[in-house]
Order: sequence, then C-alpha cells, then structure tokens
Amino acid sequence: MSNIPSDLRYAASHEWARLEADGSVTVGISDHAQEALGDVVYVELPEIGQQLTAGQEAGVVESVKAASDIYSPVSGEVIAVNALLTDSPEQVNADAYAGWFYRLKPSDTAELDKLLDAAAYKAACDADA
Amino acid sequence: MGQRTPLYDQHLALGAKMVDFGGWDMPLHYGSQVEEHHQVRRDCGVFDVSHMTVVDVTGPQAQTYLQHLLANDVARLDSPGKALYSAMLNERGGVVDDLIVYLTDAGYRLVVNASTRDKDLAWMQARAEGHAVEIRERADLAMLAIQGPSARERVAELVSAARAELVQALKPFQGLPQGDWFIGRTGYTGEDGLEIILPADQAQAFFGELIGAGVSPIGLGARDTLRLEAGLNLYGQDMDEDVSPLSANMGWTIAWEPAERAFVGRGALQTMREDKNRPKLVGLVLEERGVLRAHQVVRVGELGEGEITSGSFSPTLGKSIALARVPAGTGDRAEVEIRGKWYPVRVVKPTFVRQGKVLI
Repeated sequence: MSNIPSDLRYAASHEWARLEADGSVTVGISDHAQEALGDVVYVELPEIGQQLTAGQEAGVVESVKAASDIYSPVSGEVIAVNALLTDSPEQVNADAYAGWFYRLKPSDTAELDKLLDAAAYKAACDADA
Repeated sequence: MGQRTPLYDQHLALGAKMVDFGGWDMPLHYGSQVEEHHQVRRDCGVFDVSHMTVVDVTGPQAQTYLQHLLANDVARLDSPGKALYSAMLNERGGVVDDLIVYLTDAGYRLVVNASTRDKDLAWMQARAEGHAVEIRERADLAMLAIQGPSARERVAELVSAARAELVQALKPFQGLPQGDWFIGRTGYTGEDGLEIILPADQAQAFFGELIGAGVSPIGLGARDTLRLEAGLNLYGQDMDEDVSPLSANMGWTIAWEPAERAFVGRGALQTMREDKNRPKLVGLVLEERGVLRAHQVVRVGELGEGEITSGSFSPTLGKSIALARVPAGTGDRAEVEIRGKWYPVRVVKPTFVRQGKVLI
C-alpha cells in the first residue's frame, strides 16, 4: 500500500504540495505515482523564476517504462528546484516525499484548499486501482 | 482478464506488478526493473516465457515445407540439436513473425511470439497445403528462460545428473531433449543462458526450486531493456508485416543460396536487395539526459527523416539508447525530437551490450 502523509495536499494528477513555515510551497509526486511509474531515470524540472499557474505543465518525469508530465498543483513563481534529482532521479523511488521537484512562492495559498486531503487522495488512488 | 501461465500465482506471491502482454497477464517487474536488469547482466535470473508459442512441425515433408515457409534455410541444420533464427515472410517480403527453429529427432520445433500466435498458426496452416506435414501447437508446455553469466551453473546444480551434463555440454544456440524437457542454450538478453521447455505441470516446481535457490525472478520490463541493449529486435516494434528483414538488421538471416529455393517473399526481397536507398536499422545513443522512445522522429541532415522503433533507458550504459530506422546513407550523427526539442544522438551499430561488455 502506498504512503500518503496526512500533512500534505494532493492533486488528482498525483502531485503533492506542502506549505512550508516560510510560506513557500514544495511540490513532488506521490508515492503512488512513483510506484506506478517504476524506476525513475530522468526528471525535467521547471526553471527558477518561471511563473506557473495551477494545472500547468511544470516538468516531466521519465521512468524506464514511460514519460509522464508533472502539473503544478498551485500557482506561483518557482524559487528553487531540487538539482539532486538531475543526477539521482532514483531518489523519487527511494522516498517520493523527500525527493521533491521544486518550490514556489504561491500567488494564492487558498488554492491549496482546493487540493485533495490525504483521505480524499487515498480514495482517488483506490478508485484508480 | 488475460490468459495466465502456470506460474501466475507464483508471480503474485513474489509481489509482481502484472501487465497485459499480447493477451497474457505477465509480470512487468517484481519491485525494480533496473535491479532485475543488472541481476541478469551480473549473475542470473529466471523469466517466465510460457506465453510464447511452441509449434512442432513433423511429417515426411517437414523440411521442404519449412524451406518454403522461412527466409532462412532449415537444410543448414545438419544434426538434431542445431537451431537457427529466421523470419517468416509474406509475399511482399514483410515479416509475419520472427522465430527460432530447432531440428529435433521427430522433425522441427519452432518457437514463435505470443502476440502473433493466432496469425502465425493460420499462416503456417495455409502455407502447408499440399505438403505432408503435421503442425501441432504445444499448449501443454511451459517455458522458462534462465539467463546470465552464471545461469547454466545454477541450473546444473538443481537438475538431475543427466540434465546437468546436457546443460554443461550444450553449445551456444544448440537445443536438445532430456527426458520430457527440451533444453536450449538460447535466449533474448545478450547473455549466456538457457531456455527450458517443459511440461506445464512441472513448471511450478522447477520455478519454485530456482527461486528457492536464490535465482531472481525477472519481469518483462527488464527483458525489454536487456534485449534492446543486445540489439535484438522485438516483433511489432522493430519490424512487422510492412518491414523487410533487409531494413530490420536481419539480412544475415536470409539464406539466398541455393538460388532455386523458392521461399515465400523471395521475389520481393530480391527487388529490395537491389535498392541501395532502402532504409536501415541502426542504434542511437543519447549523450545528454533524457529518454529516447519509440516513434520519436530522427532527423539526418539533408538525407531526411527516420523513426525510433524501440527506445528506453539502458541500465548498463546509464544513458538512453534506441533502435531506429533511418535513411540508407546515415552516418554517425543524427538528431531526435523529444517534446519539441532536437537532441543530438550518436549513430552506432545496433548492438550495445553483449556478454556483460559494452560494445559502443
């Protein structure tokens, strides 16, 4: 069974978002998503300074099996990317919640409330299976 | 629900992620496809390939029939146990399927693809008209592939003395019966190893013994990256009914001599053979980060465009590789379009890794 931490919010397209103490939002893909993808071998990250709107393509994650787009769960300006994933994309498989993709300065934190909570996301994953 | 091999429950018990492959529920991986790939290159692993179709061809005209059916010439098999790889062509010189044929005491044993089973059997029956042959599918058999540098040694430790002796004695590409097992020193990984065809009701026990002895189960995911590194074609991807073996790096499997042997597709092939502009199948290596995938467009300077037929990440090389059909004059550089951007690739002979060694 995949791990769905209760302190995060989730998009139906399998990204997670975490509101940090400094007001920024960290984004990654869920454990369920990494499990479905299999061995991750390449990650394409957004650029620092890039403005993203919720639902917009923010990058790509490729496993041995397939390529999959990453959609930004919330709107904002990209302020950091996890460069570690460029050299070690397998971090996403090792721990999907430690292997974050990017961090943004949200333009509207209320957007977080529109995302799924852990229980709703779990239900969505179960319906998928 | 798809068809199941005798090992279905064992795959589930081993934690396999199951997928549909040509109508069969097969293991994609048992955790990590990349780890499974390395396991086969470095030591050994076992694959359930029971979905593949085994067909025995017997009868007084079995040889002349297969000489007509196949682009390679079974007359080259001069003693039981010898095997060859061949294409089965249509009249247009396109590939109906690729297969292995072994010469046996009783006749011939063919192993064809799972996804092409119905088509192949119908095709073979239709071509058999007028020949005194019997074509018999062996759905009563299962098949395990044990592949990797230590594969033969590991199998020899688990089987009877007589089977162990055969396993040690087999030459590459040779296959012989021992009791009710048929053991071939063949495979689809570019490593040494065996393919064992055995009664379906013995498959669970033997698979269980291999797993119990610490041999890793390997899924179709690693099977695909292993064969891609070895430059072995996958039917339906690298060639099909609209592709000539001459454009699929299979020219070596066509037996042109004797010239009077009239095999299906010969006429069309002869014409294509003279066409110096026919496309060719090459290997591609992406030096930058990213992953090459089937159907991406390949641009070759002024020569025009080609297409990737199989692409993936190569665990052995740590970068992406592909097979691609490109214009005849393609040199050592090309470009591939990935999500709207063009990436330079190196063009190489389509054999990337063999026997654990990197060849590019």
